[in-house]
Amino acid sequence: MSVHIRFLEWCANLCRRSVLGGDVIGPSHDHVDASLSHGSGVGTALSKFRVETATRTSRIVLVAGSILIFVLVLLPAFAGRTLVQEMIFVFYMLGLAQCWNLLAGYTGLVSVGQQAFVGMGAYLLFFMISTSDIDPLIAIVAAGLLAGALALPTALVVFRLRGAYFAIGTWVMSEVYRLVWAQVKSLGGGTGMSLATSTTFQIFGIEWIKSLFGVKTSIARDIIIYWVALVLCLGAVMLIYTVLRSRYGLALAAIRDSERAAESIGVDIFKMKLWVYMVTAIGTGMIGALIYLHKARISPDAAFSVLDWTANVIFIVVIGGIGTIEGPLVGVIVFYVMQTYLAGFGTWYLILLGTLAIAVMLFAPQGIWGYFSNRYGLELFPLRRILRANHRDR
Amino acid sequence: MLSWVDTILQGALLGGLYALFAAGLSLIFGIMRLVNLAHGDLIVLAAFAILSAMTALGVGPVLAFLIAAPILFCIGYALQHFVLNRTLGRGVLPPLLVTFGLSIILQNALLEGFSADSRRLSAGTIETASLALLNDLAIGLMPLLTFASAVAVILALNLLFYRTAVGRAFRATSDDSEIAQLMGIDNRRIYSLAMGVAMVVVAIAALYLGIRANFDPTIGPARLLYAFEAVIIGGLGSFWGTLVGGIIIGLAQTIGAKINPEWQILAGHIAFFIVLVIHPRGLFPRAID
Repeated sequence: MSVHIRFLEWCANLCRRSVLGGDVIGPSHDHVDASLSHGSGVGTALSKFRVETATRTSRIVLVAGSILIFVLVLLPAFAGRTLVQEMIFVFYMLGLAQCWNLLAGYTGLVSVGQQAFVGMGAYLLFFMISTSDIDPLIAIVAAGLLAGALALPTALVVFRLRGAYFAIGTWVMSEVYRLVWAQVKSLGGGTGMSLATSTTFQIFGIEWIKSLFGVKTSIARDIIIYWVALVLCLGAVMLIYTVLRSRYGLALAAIRDSERAAESIGVDIFKMKLWVYMVTAIGTGMIGALIYLHKARISPDAAFSVLDWTANVIFIVVIGGIGTIEGPLVGVIVFYVMQTYLAGFGTWYLILLGTLAIAVMLFAPQGIWGYFSNRYGLELFPLRRILRANHRDR
Repeated sequence: MLSWVDTILQGALLGGLYALFAAGLSLIFGIMRLVNLAHGDLIVLAAFAILSAMTALGVGPVLAFLIAAPILFCIGYALQHFVLNRTLGRGVLPPLLVTFGLSIILQNALLEGFSADSRRLSAGTIETASLALLNDLAIGLMPLLTFASAVAVILALNLLFYRTAVGRAFRATSDDSEIAQLMGIDNRRIYSLAMGVAMVVVAIAALYLGIRANFDPTIGPARLLYAFEAVIIGGLGSFWGTLVGGIIIGLAQTIGAKINPEWQILAGHIAFFIVLVIHPRGLFPRAID
């Protein structure tokens, strides 16, 4: 009896170390052993193996991506105001999409209530700016962190619901927040309010931008918002990539594939989910604050809009490819093109968007990126660990 | 004091309407574990279907309902057969996202077809008729009729579930769809039938929604949330629980509104979360998700 239990313990330990302690999930014993030696740095006999994640494509992407980011940073120097405005839109939609993707695509927390944190961040920013002379940039960070803090009590309630019921529960929660903010009369109640132009001009570095580019104050403000949007959007991508490359990423993949199996090898599911929920709330809250700093006008119905901040975001992720970092990148381009050329059709545009999302979900559930990545084995942000032999003669 | 009795009575009767909203959702969830995010929009669709029948044929709402119900049954059957059945058995995400997309499509298609104007199903004098209970206490005939219909719908659904062959198949698929299939039940047909029945229930809910209040293409999602809250409070898979859930939401809303008219909806949501914290599985859970 006791031998039997000890054997089970040993198995559990082995699994736990291989998934959470080391870097490799291996199908056979050799690989597990290699991972242990990799993790602890002992076992010279096994050092003929090494673990790699980079592929040739990913190295090319790293270079191309760096150039692209460099160009994007310098964009305001040569682009017109319209392009800058449109890029701000693309960046914040992409940021929101990456946050939702981490939540739904990687952690299995399908929320249709992320507008709660967009609106929360936005309203906290408006509250801070209109009651104090805080720098708007600091207000964005503070609003995000506060939204994240509020995600904790929110999570403790909505985590009682599972699967599809969790989805509607988050939606109800965001309605509660909307109705509560609509009660705050100093922020305009149900009709909302506008920020005085002068307050949004008190942003860090605005004089420097004005003299550097020789532009008006309002354009200088847009440029700063553009950079913040770029930073938040890149930050979201980098954060998700870093998380997924870490041992927590493996734990998340395990949770997504089978909660029960993940729990049996020692993943603390509740803690992981709570952690991801709060991190995405901080990100979503900061992006929400930025969006409404840019718009400079807020109302409860707009800031907590399920269509703008959740439906559109879900469409971006699903059409692009859920559960991949590349998917939202592809999705946001499709969304931007559709928005630019078709938004004038109003209701028909939304009918088309809905139909497209349904069609993708039914016939190509992995989205555009998933389809191409399966077909051609492309991976811009490689997450798979590849075990290679160290050939001395190579 | 009497005004509070009145409030509580009104709240309980309003709960009848919410139970009607929720019965269809509860039915679908109970049988195929599908959470239909387009449920509220389907209620609005049904209301517009009844309205169209009224204006096209010049008939009253009840006759229009009788004409629209079979059509809505077919729409529900087809929706399940061609779209929703493809999403089942593939995890949480596909049904959720497909019904979410459907909700957006329905709202915008209704906006395109019927504009954003508020409509109403006019039922004549019965709309304002009331029943005097005491000298200063009267209850509207329409709310009373709504509540009675909710009870009747739930009785009928229970009869359907526990006294008929189709109901046996419904319960079998609900308990274990694979074993049910081994016993010769065609699950996909059962699901389509269930969605058809749910659409008839939805049509009943729409009839009362349209007579009692204004509706426009955008009010669906809020109705979905009330329905959902009633189902969760009642406990998954229990029709009588759904009625109790509806009553709790109705009571919370009217009591909230009495304290401050702006708190009506908020009070309903907060009551829902309170029940959720105390009884995560609802008050009368039957089905296991």
